[in-house]
Amino acid sequence: MWFSNHILSVVLFLPLAGAILLMFLPKESKDLIRWTANVAGFAGFLVSLPLVFWFDSANGEFQFVEKASWIPSIGANYALGIDGISLLLVMLTTVLGFLAILSSWTAIEERVKEYYVFMLVLQAGMLGVFMSLDFFLFYVFWEVMLVPMYFLIGIWGGPRKLYAAIKFFLYTLVGSVLMLLGILTLYFWNHGQTGQYSFDIVTLSNMTNLPANYQIWIFLAFFVGFAIKVPMFPFHTWLPDAHVEAPTAGSVILAGVLLKMGTYGFVRFSLPMLPEAARDPRIVSFMVTLSIIGIIYGALVSLMQTDWKKLVAYSSVSHLGFCTLGIFALNPNGLSGSIIQQINHGISTGGLFLIVGLIYERRHTREIAQFSGLSTVMPVYATLFMIMAMSSLGLPTLNGFIGEFVILQGAYEENWVWAAFGAAGIVLGACYLLWLYQRTMFGTIDNPKNKDLKDLSFREVMTLVPLVIWAFWIGLYPKPFFTVLEKPVQKIVQRVRPDYYAARGVPAPAPRAGLNAPGNPAQTRGQ
Amino acid sequence: MLSEYFSAVDFLVLKPVILLTLFGVGVMLTDLLLEERHRYLSAVTALVGLGFAGVQMWMIQSQMRQAEVNELEAFRGAVRLDHFGIFFFWIFLISSAIAILLAIRYLEIEQEHHGEYYALILFATVGMILLAIGTDLITLFVSLELMVISVYILTGFLRRDRRSNEAALKYLLLGAFSTGILAYGMSLLYGLSNSTNLEEIAFAISQRPAGDPVVLLAVITVATGLFFKVGAVPFHQWLPDAYEGAPTSITAFMSVGPKAAAFAFLLRMFMLPLGPAREQWLPLLIGVAVATMTLGNLAAVSQSNVKRLLAYSAISHVGYILLGLVSGNDTGLKGIAIYLLVYAFMNMGAFAVVVAMRRRDLIGDEIDDMAGLMYKSPTAAVLMMIFLLSLAGIPPTAGFLGKYFIFLSLIESQHFTLAVIAVLYVAVALYYYFRIVAVMFMREPVDWELPTLAPGIRIALGVTAAMTLIIGLYPEPFIQIVSRTVLP
Repeated sequence: MWFSNHILSVVLFLPLAGAILLMFLPKESKDLIRWTANVAGFAGFLVSLPLVFWFDSANGEFQFVEKASWIPSIGANYALGIDGISLLLVMLTTVLGFLAILSSWTAIEERVKEYYVFMLVLQAGMLGVFMSLDFFLFYVFWEVMLVPMYFLIGIWGGPRKLYAAIKFFLYTLVGSVLMLLGILTLYFWNHGQTGQYSFDIVTLSNMTNLPANYQIWIFLAFFVGFAIKVPMFPFHTWLPDAHVEAPTAGSVILAGVLLKMGTYGFVRFSLPMLPEAARDPRIVSFMVTLSIIGIIYGALVSLMQTDWKKLVAYSSVSHLGFCTLGIFALNPNGLSGSIIQQINHGISTGGLFLIVGLIYERRHTREIAQFSGLSTVMPVYATLFMIMAMSSLGLPTLNGFIGEFVILQGAYEENWVWAAFGAAGIVLGACYLLWLYQRTMFGTIDNPKNKDLKDLSFREVMTLVPLVIWAFWIGLYPKPFFTVLEKPVQKIVQRVRPDYYAARGVPAPAPRAGLNAPGNPAQTRGQ
Repeated sequence: MLSEYFSAVDFLVLKPVILLTLFGVGVMLTDLLLEERHRYLSAVTALVGLGFAGVQMWMIQSQMRQAEVNELEAFRGAVRLDHFGIFFFWIFLISSAIAILLAIRYLEIEQEHHGEYYALILFATVGMILLAIGTDLITLFVSLELMVISVYILTGFLRRDRRSNEAALKYLLLGAFSTGILAYGMSLLYGLSNSTNLEEIAFAISQRPAGDPVVLLAVITVATGLFFKVGAVPFHQWLPDAYEGAPTSITAFMSVGPKAAAFAFLLRMFMLPLGPAREQWLPLLIGVAVATMTLGNLAAVSQSNVKRLLAYSAISHVGYILLGLVSGNDTGLKGIAIYLLVYAFMNMGAFAVVVAMRRRDLIGDEIDDMAGLMYKSPTAAVLMMIFLLSLAGIPPTAGFLGKYFIFLSLIESQHFTLAVIAVLYVAVALYYYFRIVAVMFMREPVDWELPTLAPGIRIALGVTAAMTLIIGLYPEPFIQIVSRTVLP
């Protein structure tokens, strides 16, 4: 069947088709444009649903693979495919993408057509990043997606939008061009070894005997690219600016999906392609230190914020610190916890940004001091906010708990100090979120402007409900998520630490063609 | 009688050039007979001339394919038509055609619509073509002069405009100076080898002991002359003024055609006669390339005039192209060729938008003049954005491909530091290009109407934008073509 063979292409290009369709609509008929964009967004989600049902989690290889020759003379292909890790991120993207579009209905009144065009192009770019099985293609999507985001911040943003937009663009660009050099070095090395030009991610992930010092340099080049995107501690300064100035939907996408590209990059490229660098003790302690600084620093700064949105923005730095900590624990728990936590962060921080956006639309301010006692006038809002805050701070039965718990488990396995710092971060997280909630929702309404605030409309509730459902789902029954992740995570751990499973007496995952290079002594011990 | 001196191949190789010359002379003559309002016919004539030259070249190419020859040597080795030369021929043809298309309405607005413009472009094209296929110092020198003198005049074509006059004079003086240095270097080469043929010179130089001071002097003088022509730092001072003052259609032309020709010349010189002295010029070239990228990019940041900004960015692009020569391997040379090809489209496209902004009461070349272009002419704004993205080297536009090959060649030749410097300047470049984008998309429009785009400008914009996207999205055929364009 054509559809099932090309489902990834359909999912990828549907938003783009929607954007092209929008370009031909007259810009005066705003409602028509809104409907079209929402339908395109929803359709994008619907066509991605079969991925969930057809995905075979017992199979650790890439699935739904599509491959077509693109630039044969340099070995670049149009190659798409997903494994469990990308499946979750693709689904996150289609869900959040649609919700972001839905949430913009009343928020965007100016230049509506351009807005939705950029949203849909951005959606396609992000999906492409998660689906690409070709490094060249990946890089194209990685860069392409900067342009619509630049415009979303720059046109519909707050007072310092121009500054924030270009800062976002330049920071990310600096990282990605350095990453490009890393990609080219890998590509060139692979050519020297095999005589073939190839950007194929699977091939590059199975490369053997890349010298360790090369690996370290390439790792650092990748690191700059991904760490800026995540953002990890010293590279995070673009994030608060971009978030505060971006329109609500922009923030949702930025926090929910864009930041995951960085962590996804570490998992998909840095670890399997540069295993020796990734397990190098210097690199590991470097990465873990930055993660822990990120966790604590992000939380402390959040505690100090007077701006609601900035608080949520800084909390992202803290939460993403957990994700990178999990990755560089380099064990199955750390990695799968990290990926679950990436999804969780998308759900809960995406939700929190929507919450902030809803109040900003009503009051046009985000000063925390302007609000108090909102729960009396907006009970539905307060409830949803409560659920999202609890999900973000890691209350059991909600998603955040699962992710953070598993990451800490993984971290503890390696070094209890890491876990201790992580736990401290969770406590701080509870502090800033609960304090925010207390200051804004409880107490009496002091500010007369807040007296007549309208509670949420049906559409507004609907933008949050899917997230709430998803949060409870992961919180109460996370098994399907872990099942999906099991194989790909095993594969990565096996690649980075070939003796991991053997040392623990756990049977190693079955060897697959290509992954385990014959003659690798550590490998044979592993079986 | 004649056949003692000339062969059939000589005429075959020169046919396109002869046609262009005849058409150039023809345009000058018929222009006298045309009324003011029919002046556009001169442009049409010139385009037809370019078309004929193109058809002629196409026929030569297919004959070469049938006979399975890779190059045609003519005039006893003074001219050699190879894939390298043919590739450049097409770049020149495209840039000349677009410069003509852009000029029609523009010159009317400037009230300087004369047929000489088109004739001079054709003459410059003749010079450029010979520069790319010449393999003899005398041929090269004469074609260089033919090209630059035509461009000097075109730069000062707005004779009532002070900026244009100043630009032409500056360009002329500095250009003459640099030509003098180049001629001196060529005389040294002749002295070393007793020949004007590039291959014989190369042989003679390879026989000299390593580190021979005469060779070094020859390298330095020839390189200085060539760096002047391409506008590399520290010999770039003429460039921003000339670009800013020249009529915009000529700025577009200068930045692509004559520059590509100068690069063809530079490549031939560095690969052939100076090739054996590579170790002597490599450090020099690295220094010049880095200085060129640095100055071009940093100076562009603070410009408020679009033409000047693009002029400085043009300098920075020269730096990137020189990096391809620094690595000097196949990928690097491929990169230079691709770079020049995509540069022709994206840069002329960007200038085409600037030309489109020109109205009687508005020069339209300040960045602020572009405020709110998105509201007035979404097409022009979006196309400009595509050109600027491509100039910055963001995929999936064509500009990325040029940079891709340059970066890859640097990695292959182990110039990692240079590669890092080169990629970091991409971010700087994006910053200044996006100042224009920000003004176009995020500022409220000032109250003026954009004139409807003239047909010539429309065609030029359409072609350049289409090619910028096509080469970016499906580069395979172009890489194939370039791969055949092996070493000069």
